[in-house]
Amino acid sequence: MLNAPSALFAGVEPEKSDLPSVGPNAVAITLQINGAARTLHAEPRMTLAQALRGPLGLTGTKIACNRGACSACTVWLDGLAVCSCMILAVDVGARRVTTIEGLAQGETLHPVQQAFIDHDALQCGFCTPGLVMSCAALLESTAAPSAEQVRTAISGHICRCGTYPHVVTATLEAAAARKG
Amino acid sequence: MATEQKLRSETFAAGIASVGHSAGLGTVTRQVSDDEPPPLPPNGELAVIGKSFPRPNGRAKVTGAAHFTVDIALPGMLHARVLRSPLPHASVRNLDVAAAARHPGVRAILPIATPDDPASARLRYMGAPVAAVAAVSMAAAEEALHLIAVDYQALPFVVEMNKAREQGAPLVHDESTAPAGHPSGFPAAAGLPLNGNVRGPAIAKRGDVTQAFAQSDLIVEDEFSTQVQTHCCMEPHAIVADWRTDGLTVYMSTQFTVGVRQELAAMFDLPLNRVRVVVDAMGGGFGSKSSLGNYGRIAVELSRRTKAPVKLFLDREEEQMDAGNRPGTWQRLRIGAKRSGELTAISVVSYGTAGVGLGAGVGNIAEAMYNCPNFAGAQHDVFINAGPGCAMRAPGNAPGAFSLEQTIDILAEQLGIDPLTLRDRIDLSAVRREERRIGAERIGWRRRHAPGADPGPVKRGLGMAQSLWGANVQINSSCEVRVLRDGSVEVLSSVQDIGTGIGTVLAQTVAEVLGLRPEHITVRIGDTDFPPGPPSYGSRTTASITPPARTAAWRVAQQLLREAALALNAGADDLVARDGRIFVRDEPSRGMSFRDAAARLRTDRISAVASRSDDYAGFRRRMGDAALAHQDLGGVQFAEVAVDTETGIVRVERIVAVQDCGRPMNPRQIESQVHGGVLMGLSYALYEDRILDAHTGRMVNPNLEQYKLVGPRETPAIDVIVLENYQGQSATDAYGIAEPANIATAPAIANAVYNAIDVRIRSLPMTPAAVLGALGKVPMRS
Repeated sequence: MLNAPSALFAGVEPEKSDLPSVGPNAVAITLQINGAARTLHAEPRMTLAQALRGPLGLTGTKIACNRGACSACTVWLDGLAVCSCMILAVDVGARRVTTIEGLAQGETLHPVQQAFIDHDALQCGFCTPGLVMSCAALLESTAAPSAEQVRTAISGHICRCGTYPHVVTATLEAAAARKG
Repeated sequence: MATEQKLRSETFAAGIASVGHSAGLGTVTRQVSDDEPPPLPPNGELAVIGKSFPRPNGRAKVTGAAHFTVDIALPGMLHARVLRSPLPHASVRNLDVAAAARHPGVRAILPIATPDDPASARLRYMGAPVAAVAAVSMAAAEEALHLIAVDYQALPFVVEMNKAREQGAPLVHDESTAPAGHPSGFPAAAGLPLNGNVRGPAIAKRGDVTQAFAQSDLIVEDEFSTQVQTHCCMEPHAIVADWRTDGLTVYMSTQFTVGVRQELAAMFDLPLNRVRVVVDAMGGGFGSKSSLGNYGRIAVELSRRTKAPVKLFLDREEEQMDAGNRPGTWQRLRIGAKRSGELTAISVVSYGTAGVGLGAGVGNIAEAMYNCPNFAGAQHDVFINAGPGCAMRAPGNAPGAFSLEQTIDILAEQLGIDPLTLRDRIDLSAVRREERRIGAERIGWRRRHAPGADPGPVKRGLGMAQSLWGANVQINSSCEVRVLRDGSVEVLSSVQDIGTGIGTVLAQTVAEVLGLRPEHITVRIGDTDFPPGPPSYGSRTTASITPPARTAAWRVAQQLLREAALALNAGADDLVARDGRIFVRDEPSRGMSFRDAAARLRTDRISAVASRSDDYAGFRRRMGDAALAHQDLGGVQFAEVAVDTETGIVRVERIVAVQDCGRPMNPRQIESQVHGGVLMGLSYALYEDRILDAHTGRMVNPNLEQYKLVGPRETPAIDVIVLENYQGQSATDAYGIAEPANIATAPAIANAVYNAIDVRIRSLPMTPAAVLGALGKVPMRS
């Protein structure tokens, strides 16, 4: 079985965990969400995506495949774009979680968000929050990406409406606008 | 009250305003009802319509604030899950829900397949609903499903179309259960014969093909097959049903609020005024969210029983197995021609499967695209033990185009004529002629070499194909426009925005009439409390709802102008609304702001409701609430591909899509939709394939990783060119684009692959294995 983690990660030292053991019932955990500490009750089986959408009421993060195949649920963990459906809420620990709701600075949209509107880089909008998070993460690490780098950054995303061309245009435009 | 319609004569701009071409527009004179607005000038003369304004809900969608059905949480809401058949064909001998009922989180259990009712006990596909549970959480509902004990009697099954057609194959249906018609109408009309698992043929006929083939100089004949494609909406099928004593409210991810309301009223015996259907943001449908569905019925029934709101959405595996699909087809096409290229006869025989349902035909594209006096079509639906198909972006004509457009290219080659030249001779559409000219120039058609002429292992090729789709209109489409005393404006209709951007276009339409900007218009849609709007399927939304929006805005403007006329001491007919002002046409300084005019209203708001009038020249055909306009929607697409003859990998490098949709209302949104159509067509051509295991009946790739969809890395450069095609047919003269943009892509790629490698691929998807098989480098898959 390819998906057995022990086979995939054989030889890799497991990280030392300072997390208490939890379960099987819900336990109180505190997560750092968009700059604020939020406490919730989470069963061990609850994913970060479920925690965000359920008890935390942050429904901007979407679940479309629920197994890491479409990236609709992308959030940032310490600034890194990850699939929140593939992480258990109890494993997040002290890492900073940034969701689509936390990307804008008050009323001022992130340049990627504004560029998505301006270039019609969205249609039904369901995969859009995840795409925005991946494109914004790219600009955090690469100020002036090439079109190929944008395509690589979003290569794990599925958009059935076919917004990819406008997403690439919008992200390049956002990078240019940021450089000003 | 039936009153005599007063008519007046109006002259409309008409013809193709071509891109980069000086072809001037002509005019057409039509008799229009006196309560219709004056002709809308071509886009070049307008302030708002025809410009690329951003979506009013764009900000909500990029900030996560947009509310999709799956995001809804109501107080006291329960969560439902469905137990589904693990077998492709079975009868339920016993259904024991006692243990599940004792689960502390469970509030209701709905048996669906019960032995007491033999008809319900028969399960005809893997994934068919057996029972449903409403519980206090998703997890509790899921746990309860595992506590339901079912005794299944396995029955013989068949999931392959060819096997299902054989004498003695296991029967999926009998006369009493086999569906006899299908709402998509492709092709099964009621009353078609049932022979084993085969429903049909649906016959279409014109002239005498037998005689015409006998008199042809040349006959080409070939067989093609297309795979099953699933819709893969990113938002799953979802509903929140809230049954209360004073009425039922349903929040649903739907393409047709009005249709779902009608279904609910009939099914639960409720008057229409006690049923409300609401959708805010909607995460894609592509045909699969056109009706209530079995999951919708389940959620409403559970809400009725528990007296609580019930939320039900499908997981990805359920989506793949029981949320519809584009049927697979096998087609044999025969075309006769004279040496000149003139077509003498076309015949098409098809077999397709929509699982336990119907709608697996190949459309009317072979019958209607080209000038040919003799035609014979025989289309059959074949039942298999798999989830029901349903309409998917250009049902019928998408698989139909794959065979027709390749066969036309085969004919051109045998005649020694360029494919474009042949089409110039046999295609009477002036619009597509212009689209071919523009597209050929843009892609550089003159570069096209002989098939297989590239020397290296990676061979490039150019190909093209054409699209045909009906210009559909929903007559039962209404819209209200309100002007409030503070000068703000609202447009209201139950029409839903499924991602196509109809909200933007409605705001533009109203703003143009009132001389405002689109951002001044509040769009309230997706709620049956508003005037009933059209469905968002059949590429009919824009054609159906923008004319009444403009008419309603025009009527409410007349009221406002009358108030302003009193203040300006002018005749209302002499006033115009433009740039946020209302002023005397010949004396622009004499006027007032729109806001000041609204402040003079005698009531807090004025309002007008308008409904879709008939097209000004009438319709070609009318079917209940729907109608077919006289003109067709076309589109011509060109593809440039690179085929690696060592790996079999086809890479599409560029698509040029030249499309038409009457008057383009918002070019950038149209470009977005054409991207979507092209990419769904490319994905159909190269990647997607629902694979059923013949031995178990199980879909082996019911997910989004093994069911391969086109991704950003496989996305080619896409050039979109949209013609302005004016016909003077309605208050906006605008028609749809979603489906026409999806039809030509796969055959254009197939023709380009042939041009690259000199071997024709007749079945979809064109995987590396299929390409290597066609090249004779590996054994062909059966």
